[in-house]
Amino acid sequence: MRFILRRLGFYLIAFWASITLNFLLPRFMPGDPVSRMFARTQGKMQPEQIDALRKLLGVDDRPLWEQYIDYLHNIVTGNMGISISRFPAPVTEVIAAQIGWTLLLGGTALVIAAVVGNLLGILAAWRRGGAIDSALPPVLIFIGSFPYFWLAMGALYLFGVILGWSPLRHAFTDGLEPAFTWEFIGDVGAHLVLPALTIVLVSIGGWMLGMRNTMIATNSEDYITMAEAKGLRPGRIMFRYAARNAMLPSVTSFGMSLGFVVGGAMLTEVVFAYPGVGYQLLNAVQGLDYPLMQGLFLTITGAVLLANFLVDILYVRLDPRVRSN
Amino acid sequence: MTTAILKQPAKPTVAPKPNRSFVHGLITNKKALVGMIVMLVFIALALLAPVLFPGDPSRITAMASLEPSPEHWLGTTAKGQDVLALTVHASRSSLFVGLTVGFASTFIGILVGLASAYFGKFIDEALSLVTNVFLLLPGLPLLVILAAFLPPGLGTVILVLVVTGWAGSARVLRSQALSIRSKDFVAAAVVSGERAGRIMFREILPNMASIVMSTLLACVIYGIGAQAGLEFLGLGDVSTVSWGNNLFWAGNEGALLTGSWWVFVPSGVCIALVAFALALINYAVDEVTNPRLRKIKTPKITERSAAK
Repeated sequence: MRFILRRLGFYLIAFWASITLNFLLPRFMPGDPVSRMFARTQGKMQPEQIDALRKLLGVDDRPLWEQYIDYLHNIVTGNMGISISRFPAPVTEVIAAQIGWTLLLGGTALVIAAVVGNLLGILAAWRRGGAIDSALPPVLIFIGSFPYFWLAMGALYLFGVILGWSPLRHAFTDGLEPAFTWEFIGDVGAHLVLPALTIVLVSIGGWMLGMRNTMIATNSEDYITMAEAKGLRPGRIMFRYAARNAMLPSVTSFGMSLGFVVGGAMLTEVVFAYPGVGYQLLNAVQGLDYPLMQGLFLTITGAVLLANFLVDILYVRLDPRVRSN
Repeated sequence: MTTAILKQPAKPTVAPKPNRSFVHGLITNKKALVGMIVMLVFIALALLAPVLFPGDPSRITAMASLEPSPEHWLGTTAKGQDVLALTVHASRSSLFVGLTVGFASTFIGILVGLASAYFGKFIDEALSLVTNVFLLLPGLPLLVILAAFLPPGLGTVILVLVVTGWAGSARVLRSQALSIRSKDFVAAAVVSGERAGRIMFREILPNMASIVMSTLLACVIYGIGAQAGLEFLGLGDVSTVSWGNNLFWAGNEGALLTGSWWVFVPSGVCIALVAFALALINYAVDEVTNPRLRKIKTPKITERSAAK
């Protein structure tokens, strides 16, 4: 319990840091950002939008601490300002409409990559120098060297444009009404395959190698030798003795790699025009929609921190050593 | 260096230099060799780009969207620029940014790691907290808001990548420095009254050489990949020629949908080759320094020098 509380405190500090960064960035930009921004967006903005932007960028004459308290209060009450590119929708509304798709894409890809990658790592370590161990790692490292978005481009070109096996863009066919029907779910699945597959391909190598290396270390432990001496079945030793202990670093890296996968998923979304937060972020960048950019940053950060906290709780369940001190 | 290339393991008549076995291991390691050759080719290309393809690579020289042909080995873009010239010139910016980011991030990581390990207590707590916060903040969204709010340019790209990239190396280096900090020879140095700076950089740091090297490689890989991602979103300096910007323009000009594969393939393959080469060197460093991961082969006679 003490461990959990300590971690919770840490995540709150991390979240506070990102809020503060969000607050300070526009106010401490070199030069005169506000006028530059107005110059860049001239003629594209309604007076109300300019007002919203002024407020966000802190173009008011109140002292900084007062603005800051105001800002914190707004964040806590879920008010992240008004989107400029989607005026007059509030930022929170825009994000809420998109985040589900990102969770679907990133979550699917992450779970598949982690499960399959770890299994491959276990097998590779168990048969050192075997077929899996010698053939797969170089191939996966090579695939993993490609930028996420480039692999997505290649896959889109090959399977979408040339072969026509998969849809080219969006999360479901235009004109289809979202509903819990088999037709709609199947359609969503068809649109999900390619983007998820590219993320899995890029990230699976890291999982496999990490697991393989901890497994190799674990396999030389005395209790493994003991288990073998007792004549236990190899499968049982592999999963119940070795993998179970080697899993722990993997669980930790699961939390760590969340942020990385979010980034990868975002770039993949851009390529496939998949309507998640990544695609939205690109639109925000192109539309100079600063409130939306900041809101997305906070939302994504919050989600990653929350996921990490859940992983920590799971870790306490898995590793009794954390509980003892 | 020269003796290391000889097939025979050198007779330990002369006391071998402390790092000799490491360098020797790296040169005789197939992975490292392939990686280094690929890197050398790219560095040579980057240096010779103005000689091979004189003039501005982004000028329009031919018809738009030509397929690869003897005149244009990699075809032309939708604007009519030569893709090969663009790709070769792009290696300059991409390698420069990658290396700069790599060295800067590693340097910060070394400072933080050493300070944490040497001073311990409150300083360690504070530095670890900052490091862990930066580790958790998702990189790409942070990159985006930083790049969006800072004035565009190469300096901004480098700064943003360093800000998001240093924490990982700091964490690894700190744990390594901590384990060395608890060794007897450091305690001896402290007792004999050596200055803090000397202990950190002359006693602890040299014993972390391999870890420093592998974090450096990882940081360069990160720098090259993250720069490409940032520029692909159009947040880099769009006027420079780099692999990420090439891909940004390829996406912008709809190279995918018009079927101009030659516009987006070369830059992506270059990024992957460089990252792969660096990763290979990194794994080799791991294998050479971590005896557990070494291939089980015919027993080799390597004189592990007794360097403490």
